[in-house]
Amino acid sequence: MTKRISTEDAPHEKRENLWLLIVSPTIWAVHFLFSYITAAVWCAKVGSPGGSLQPVRWAIAIYTVIALIGITFNGLSGLRRHNFGTESLPHDFDTPGDRHRFLGFATVLLAGLSAVATLFAAAVVFYFFDCR
Amino acid sequence: MSPVTHHDDPDPLPHAPTPELQRAQEERLREAWRSPSGWRYWSDVNNTIVGIWYTAVAFLFFLFGGVLALMIRLQLAVPGNDFLSADRYNQVFTVHGSVMMFLFAIPVFESIAVIFLPQMLGARDLPFPRLSAFGFWCFVLGGIFLSGSLLFDAAPRGGWFMYPPLTSTYQPGVGADMWLLGFSFIEVAAIAAAVELIVGTLKCRPPGMRINLIPLYCWYVLVAAAMVLFAFPPLIAGSMLLELERAFQWPFFDPARGGDPLLWQHLFWLFGHPEVYIIFLPSIAIIAMIVPTFARRPIVGYGWIVLAAVGTGFLSFGLWVHHMFTTGLPGVSLALFSAASEAVAIPTGVQIFCFVATIAAGRLTHSVPMLYTLGGLATFIIGGLTGVMVALASFDFQAHDTFFVVAHLHYVLIGGSVFPIIAGCYYFFPLINGKKLSDKLGKIAFWFLFTGFNATFLPMHLTGLRGMPRRVFTYPEGLGFDALNLLSTVGAFVLAIGVGIVAWDIVRPKKKQPLSERNPWNAGTLEWLPRMPQENWGVRSIPEIDSRYPLWDQPNLVRDVDQGRFYLPDAEEGKRETLVTSPIDAEPVQILRLPGPSFVPALAAITLGGFFILGTFYLWKAAVVSLVIALGTILHWLWTTTAVIPEKAEKSAGLGLTLPLYSSGAKSVGWWAMLITMLAVFTAFVSLVFAYFFYWTIHEDFPPASATGPGVFWPALGAALLLGAWALTLLARRCNRVDNAPAFYAFLTVAIVGSLAGAAALLAGPWRTGLDPTRHVYDATVWLLAIWTALHAVVGVIMQGYCMARRAAGRMTGRHDIDIHNVTLFWHFVAITTVIAAGTIAGFPLVK
Repeated sequence: MTKRISTEDAPHEKRENLWLLIVSPTIWAVHFLFSYITAAVWCAKVGSPGGSLQPVRWAIAIYTVIALIGITFNGLSGLRRHNFGTESLPHDFDTPGDRHRFLGFATVLLAGLSAVATLFAAAVVFYFFDCR
Repeated sequence: MSPVTHHDDPDPLPHAPTPELQRAQEERLREAWRSPSGWRYWSDVNNTIVGIWYTAVAFLFFLFGGVLALMIRLQLAVPGNDFLSADRYNQVFTVHGSVMMFLFAIPVFESIAVIFLPQMLGARDLPFPRLSAFGFWCFVLGGIFLSGSLLFDAAPRGGWFMYPPLTSTYQPGVGADMWLLGFSFIEVAAIAAAVELIVGTLKCRPPGMRINLIPLYCWYVLVAAAMVLFAFPPLIAGSMLLELERAFQWPFFDPARGGDPLLWQHLFWLFGHPEVYIIFLPSIAIIAMIVPTFARRPIVGYGWIVLAAVGTGFLSFGLWVHHMFTTGLPGVSLALFSAASEAVAIPTGVQIFCFVATIAAGRLTHSVPMLYTLGGLATFIIGGLTGVMVALASFDFQAHDTFFVVAHLHYVLIGGSVFPIIAGCYYFFPLINGKKLSDKLGKIAFWFLFTGFNATFLPMHLTGLRGMPRRVFTYPEGLGFDALNLLSTVGAFVLAIGVGIVAWDIVRPKKKQPLSERNPWNAGTLEWLPRMPQENWGVRSIPEIDSRYPLWDQPNLVRDVDQGRFYLPDAEEGKRETLVTSPIDAEPVQILRLPGPSFVPALAAITLGGFFILGTFYLWKAAVVSLVIALGTILHWLWTTTAVIPEKAEKSAGLGLTLPLYSSGAKSVGWWAMLITMLAVFTAFVSLVFAYFFYWTIHEDFPPASATGPGVFWPALGAALLLGAWALTLLARRCNRVDNAPAFYAFLTVAIVGSLAGAAALLAGPWRTGLDPTRHVYDATVWLLAIWTALHAVVGVIMQGYCMARRAAGRMTGRHDIDIHNVTLFWHFVAITTVIAAGTIAGFPLVK
């Protein structure tokens, strides 16, 4: 086997950002915490056990929309990097281009998972109407 | 398929060095990496050696935990049994759970990783070998201390989760203190290992091993180690609160004085649930290495497995309340955690599909490691499915605290961790001493383990559904539990026979057995480079990597590495060295000198352990003396072996590459270690702040109407002084850089005075306003936040003084400024901690 040499012009490592990989899961975590804290504080401080959860449901719905917008942006940026150049999966070449595509692909997958997990959490607004 | 590389990548030397030169290089490397002999052997710090000790001790604790399990099963074999008294039974199941979790599952992940990570990364060693040795000695000491308590009828009795008030008001004696202090100590070791593993994975890869080419094991270990940083600190914080309540009557969990036992459950499970994944991910990581080897093809869905590892790492932090479904939280809260618990099944399932796809797409060769892999996956899937069941709050209300949960957790942990680890044992063993384990014994043991395991735990689902509660020492006849329990007990002994066979296979004499051939399984990853038996140097020369499976894809790799045609083929100065590379593309940036054997890490561990052990018996004076000795030892350690100024600025790494021997700031590995350590410390602090707001949320009387402090003046003054000290430390770093020594000393001197005054002012807040930490939880929480911040300032002062001494002694200069960079980083965290602590204790009562 002989090595093949790539001359593809991909971004240098210094222009790559590892943190972009975990933007979407972080958004999920913030959405989750905000939803939990809002419900906990509301039920402990404002609402009574049988009292309405309406404001909390709206709050969670708004958090969800904001979170999904953020995750979508992160996912699209990942998709752009995944589609960089002409090579396709599995992104396993020792080249800056495949590193760039791989990080993009992993970002897309994590964005997808985070979106699903965020929607799972948001589903509580359809099932809970009071603080019981 | 042939690998594709970048046009900048160097090739190995076209011609081998002369045989004489190769021999001389090998001799120098051998000498530099030689293990000490005689009793000094125990001063070794090479990760591979320490990792083997670590794994062996963890395995001994596993056997000990197993014996306790058999005692539990004997007691439950028949109704009304009196083999163990109720009190003894409580001790046995508490120590069984604690040992298996804290002394086996977590340490074994770290110990396996410190053995194999350097080898998978083609590194001579990980960047902080003495830190790993320190962690090992902490673990041994803490483990013996806790396990030994059982022999003196003094073991903890509260279950491995130690819920108060069962472990506070209702449990006199030292058992619970042993648990709280002993495990806090061991958690220090776990965080030390996490630092080593994270920095190792990000900074010590071979050139060319870009982030898309890292062995999957390393991804998993990176994620699990990062999880340790955020999961363990809440437990350390919780243990501190509970110990303060037990030792000094600070009422964090005492409802009569405003406390709340539920806070413990939050802090414990904020650790406890991610911990399950901290155990599971590195174990499944072994499977991710084994499957491609025996399927004879690259893994299918590498990117998807990275998704699984990272995604599970995140989601596992949103599950903790599913252990608390029956504590009366509002339904909407339970549902959020139930949703996350269902969501985590997605990434967990994804990786299993990837393994199955790899097996299906490849040509599977039958082998013992593969047998354990498949057995483990099948078992884990059953545990995962019952996990999805108990993740539903409504089902959990029925199953909670019954044997159904016992069955579920054992399917998860034994399927997801023990089977993969035994698979790894059979797979990796040739790398330990050059000999293979026996295929025959491995197969026999497997069938004992597999049938024994299922005979033990499958019936428990039914025992639980029929209503048998956990943690009861006996049960009456005729409730439908009798035959099922007897079957579980018989199964447990069959399982034990399997464990015994594996243990025998490991320890049986192998002198007459021939050495294994090199790379016996024909694997593709770098850990299989070494000759059998392997040398201490880790890798003969550090290769340039072009592929995820370099041994399959890179022609002549083994020959070129062996002949020293790659990087660092020599140890000209007789020093231990490895390459440091950049985190994303693994471009070489530095040659890192590593410290050699020393008893200092062991001494630091023993003296630090002394603090915790003596504290258990409330011998606080002796404990503080031990702590001071530990501090002195650690300072000596830092002074003599860290940030050493090299005799020359740079040296050749081979292949025409010249690299610096010293880097400071974000380029140095020490800076990363400080950052990672402080993230963990900061997480513990956030847990304490969480406690403050938890009390505020749940309790009407927080702060109580009678609260008199801490007021605004003292906390604000303290914060201002500490922020001033932080700014002066930053200025001092700049002055050092431009070699303005007078200003450097002046700024740091004023900073030290300011820090001490700031710490005093913070403590003056609760003190001058008469807050009594034993009166109400509000007073206790304010005191604790103030003390925590003040202690940071005091540690910061020690660091500032250390930097002044380093410069005065000529060990730190304008160019060689690792120390002051790392101290400044510490002070960034002091500044954030101060702002949050002062803002909370002084500002929040005003908001209310």
